[in-house]
Amino acid sequence: MADTMAASTTARARARGGRRLSAFLPGAPQLAAGRWGAGGLALLVWLGCLWVLVARLARVVEALGGSWDERLALATLVAALATVWGWSWWDAGRAEGPRRVGVSQWDLAVRAFSKNRTAVAGLMVIVVLYLIALLTPLLAPHDPALQGDLISERYVGLSGAHPLGTDQFARDVLSRLLYGARISLLIGFVSVGISVTIGTLLGAIAGFMGGILDGIIMRVVDMVISFPQLVLLITIIALFEPSIFLIVAVLGLTLWPGTARIVRGEVLTLREREFVQAATALGYSKRRIILRHLIPNALAPVIVAATLGIGNTIVLEAGLSFLGLGVQPPTPSWGTMVADGRNVLLNAWWLSTFPGLAIVFTVLSFNLVGDGLRDALDPRLRS
Amino acid sequence: MTQHEAAGAAKSAAKSAAKSAASSAATAAANSAAPSAAQSAARSAANSAAQSTEVEPLLAVRDLRAWFLTDQGVAKAVDGISFAVREGETLGIVGESGCGKTVTSLAILGLLPNPPARLMDGSSVSFRGQELVGAEEKRLRALRGNEISMIFQEPMSSLNPVFTVGDQIAETLRLHRRMDRKAAHGEAVRLLDEVGIPEPGRRVDEYPHQLSGGMRQRVMIAMAIACAPKLLIADEPTTALDVTIQAQILELLAELRRAHGMAVMLITHDLGVVAEVCDRVIVMYAGQIVESGTVEDIFVRPAHPYTRGLLASLPSVGTPGRRLASIPGTVPSPLHWPEGCRFRARCPSAGEGCERAQELVALGDGRAARCWRVGT
Amino acid sequence: MTRPVRGDAPRAEPAPPPTGRAAIDRNGPPLLEVRDLAKHFPVRRGSFGRVRAHVRAVDGVSFDLWRGETLGLVGESGCGKSTTGRALLRLIEPTGGDVRFDGQDVRALDRTGLRALRRRMQIVFQDPVGSLNPRLSVGAMLEEVLTVHGLGLPNRRDRAVELLERVGLSADHIDRYPHEFSGGQRQRLGIARALSVEPDFLVLDEPVSALDVSVQAQVINLLQDLQAELGLTYLFIAHDLAVVEHVSDRVAVMYLGRIVELAEASALYAEARHPYTRSLLSAVPRPDPVGRASRSRIVLEGDVPSPIDPPSGCPFHPRCPHPAKDASCRGIVPGLEGRAESGRGGERVGHFVACHHPYHGTPAP
Ligand SMILES: Nc1ncnc2c1ncn2[C@@H]1O[C@H](COP(=O)(O)OP(=O)(O)OP(=O)(O)O)[C@@H](O)[C@H]1O
Ligand SMILES: Nc1ncnc2c1ncn2[C@@H]1O[C@H](COP(=O)(O)OP(=O)(O)OP(=O)(O)O)[C@@H](O)[C@H]1O
Ligand code: SF4
Ligand code: SF4
Ligand SMILES: [Mg+2]
Ligand SMILES: [Mg+2]
Repeated sequence: MADTMAASTTARARARGGRRLSAFLPGAPQLAAGRWGAGGLALLVWLGCLWVLVARLARVVEALGGSWDERLALATLVAALATVWGWSWWDAGRAEGPRRVGVSQWDLAVRAFSKNRTAVAGLMVIVVLYLIALLTPLLAPHDPALQGDLISERYVGLSGAHPLGTDQFARDVLSRLLYGARISLLIGFVSVGISVTIGTLLGAIAGFMGGILDGIIMRVVDMVISFPQLVLLITIIALFEPSIFLIVAVLGLTLWPGTARIVRGEVLTLREREFVQAATALGYSKRRIILRHLIPNALAPVIVAATLGIGNTIVLEAGLSFLGLGVQPPTPSWGTMVADGRNVLLNAWWLSTFPGLAIVFTVLSFNLVGDGLRDALDPRLRS
Repeated sequence: MTQHEAAGAAKSAAKSAAKSAASSAATAAANSAAPSAAQSAARSAANSAAQSTEVEPLLAVRDLRAWFLTDQGVAKAVDGISFAVREGETLGIVGESGCGKTVTSLAILGLLPNPPARLMDGSSVSFRGQELVGAEEKRLRALRGNEISMIFQEPMSSLNPVFTVGDQIAETLRLHRRMDRKAAHGEAVRLLDEVGIPEPGRRVDEYPHQLSGGMRQRVMIAMAIACAPKLLIADEPTTALDVTIQAQILELLAELRRAHGMAVMLITHDLGVVAEVCDRVIVMYAGQIVESGTVEDIFVRPAHPYTRGLLASLPSVGTPGRRLASIPGTVPSPLHWPEGCRFRARCPSAGEGCERAQELVALGDGRAARCWRVGT
Repeated sequence: MTRPVRGDAPRAEPAPPPTGRAAIDRNGPPLLEVRDLAKHFPVRRGSFGRVRAHVRAVDGVSFDLWRGETLGLVGESGCGKSTTGRALLRLIEPTGGDVRFDGQDVRALDRTGLRALRRRMQIVFQDPVGSLNPRLSVGAMLEEVLTVHGLGLPNRRDRAVELLERVGLSADHIDRYPHEFSGGQRQRLGIARALSVEPDFLVLDEPVSALDVSVQAQVINLLQDLQAELGLTYLFIAHDLAVVEHVSDRVAVMYLGRIVELAEASALYAEARHPYTRSLLSAVPRPDPVGRASRSRIVLEGDVPSPIDPPSGCPFHPRCPHPAKDASCRGIVPGLEGRAESGRGGERVGHFVACHHPYHGTPAP
């Protein structure tokens, strides 16, 4: 009795210490507790955002009355700082408290994931990339569309003023790379988001209802899958003005059948599981069964597929832009930047190399995270 | 006095002992496991001297410890078990799920995946005098399916779906008995006939999915007896089958055992099956043997509180309405076996002394039990 | 010769129950009346494919069940036990027959009626892993049921704790997830979930088959206690004849989608009349090594035929060891017939058997 009280007092004291530390250095108490994944990420975001705040203070102030783009960046900065700080504070106090009962499957997956170092590293890269994409107006040294002196500033190599050099129109490559990240990541995220939502709902309905509805949905899936995406894109772009919106829409509306198939397969096996029959026997409505009992259980492979899908979509967008079918100049995109540089690869290697590397690292990160999630979410790998 | 000395004493005593007594002294000595139990080992040695017959059992397992090194810790799935199988006998191994029955049988044949499994130092499995722990893979392969064969619980997943059953039986024959293709095919038909499959000439060319569960298990048995093994290890051979099919398979096994004179190690959690077919029984709990003896001893005069609890919790045909005596709680996890007697938290007779680890103590007549309150 | 039909007014006094369990009042109307229940699954290829054949999973099952009674349903794998249980609750739609629950025609109910019915009829499943949603904590699972049916007010969490305690778990378990429980505990959770809507009737579909013997006994005792306390009515499905005898008042033996014998448990085990029941009983391994040598065993030949193309006449005839087996066995389907025992709750309870040459007297020991 006295023992447990003493133990809980020291635990509380330690929790207070952790909180105090987290007030200055969010992530540090987690790192100290050996949770390097969560702690490292928090610390990284915290320090990065602080650096932006200090180093780009003038622009931050300017952004207060700037365009909506700049205001969004500002909001992101504030939100990121607040989130990291608040989470670390809450977590530091909680970790030392009494052991939580009830470890859900998601908790187990998070634990398994954070043991996978490469996947956590990939996740850090992705989070940083998305932060950078959102903070670009505060970060970019130049306007990406701003042309310099076409005579003296074309094809300038790496230098202090232009850390990654300039291109044929004397534009700053680093700034274009940063703005390009927004396009690539946005297209990947939104189009996969659309396709996953459509695919999950249709797949779950097809799997659970069966019969004619299943037949119809799956025939539509077959049709959409057999329609060549590239031809569709080229046709649509030939008919309409190519725009980011159009690309997102086309990708989002053509990628869902994969998800639908995965979800349908999962639901077909889940439907036979007795907990779904129990739900029917308890008088639950079909909607409740699908949304609350089937989809959460079918989600694991969808999350994996979506993560890998974002990577694939980024490559796809880069390919389209490389061919001139994607994002149109002067909007920067990694694909167009690689295409712009390919003729002068020997003289101005930096033009294609940096966007190329950016694509490779981004896609690699998504694949690492996807593989990590696959392992973490696989119930067979757990005892 | 260590367990090995005890076994040695038993062996030397055996030379002079009369050949009449039937029960196994070597086993009793081996059963008395751990080193520190001077008193019990001495007693078992004395027992051995009185009634020993055999010098060398067919299979002798001594202090087998098969541990799994997992992320969560060390799972001591099999933790120091010793027993012997004599020529021609049927030995039953019973115990609830997770007590280590399958791991024991896999360890005997060297089939445990390593990692995560590891046989700890001091583990020994000797078959007709040859040591199998640490033996070369080549020697084990020559033994498996030949002198020792095994049948598993799930007959579908242990047969290869892309080959006919005839091909699969013939493969064993050609490997171990060096038969040519034609002779092997003919022998496969004969074996299918022997295990009671109707129209063996047609069935031999069928694929596993074309057979019913009972027939698949018969095919597994045909493969297992193809090389006239000395020892057949059957791991839950009838658990996946219906009672009427189970009765067929058990009868078949009994017939084959009589005809070929092979020893059978029957692993099951069904006490009824054990009572029907076994000569001697080992009861396992939490990776250890808690009681061993003849089938009559175990069922009529169970000594260990766990065995007694198991028998009392069986609803039996002919005694309806009686409230079942259940054992409270559940089997602990192999990652955290309880300290002291592993059955303590569930044992109705637990009391003083039970917090110390218990030894398997020989009770005479080849019986042994691991309980503080039995035999002392 | 009478079939177990409903209707006539009761005549005799109910005899004291043979097993010392609470007396069952069979004078009133039965709680559940099942007549010629059938479920034929179509076998088809592809999603729009034509129906090739039918699996006659349940093929004309009739029985009555009185309040507070336990009817055991035994038979080998695939004989249609689970399908029967599920068709009663309309978890699968029956293709024929009549189900009346407390006078209501279950097959005629619309969605609202069905929802109301499902507060009164519940099911407990075999698989302790598959029968609980792995993503929901115990509390969330129980509170969801209560919310859907508007029960458990004012405090649903208190009611959930109460349910847990009722099945031998405790309030500490409420925030845990299914994978944090052992098999026996999960089975208790399944029972708690079924009890949450306060039903009168439970289909227990092999509730203890997946459990170890020591834990099996705990769950059986729990089910019997609950029955005594709450006056529940059970349809107890199992393939273990010893378990069924232990828990049942009456027992029905199924073979290939039909009931072949239906009797009081004690009568069925003491003097089985159908050749299949006799073989089944003699095939059960008994934990009695002393008597094993002297016991005579009937070992059936062959396997259960496919329910897609069941044998003509008596479905058991290809395997039947009865010496008097004859042409009528191959040609004529025997109906479930028998003499109601007088003095045992009227005409509707007795020993019924579907065989042209039923045995009389006690079976071989
Ligand atoms: N590959 C493995 N990795 C880790 N632990 C294992 C592995 N295989 C088995 N175990 C553990 O070893 C213990 C004994 O398992 P074993 O399969 O021998 O049980 P059993 O007695 O055969 O049970 P059952 O009746 O369920 O077949 C179990 O608790 C199991 O968790
Ligand atoms: N959804 C289905 N579609 C087609 N056939 C089915 C379906 N469900 C069950 N069956 C068939 O109906 C028959 C009866 O099945 P059921 O599950 O009722 O048997 P059971 O007696 O419960 O067997 P077990 O003891 O194995 O649970 C089996 O032959 C089975 O293959
Ligand atoms: S040693 Fe003690 S706890 Fe263990 S079985 Fe014997 S009486 Fe029970
Ligand atoms: S009707 Fe004929 S075949 Fe069927 S069980 Fe009776 S005796 Fe056997
Ligand atoms: Mg096993
Ligand atoms: Mg079933």
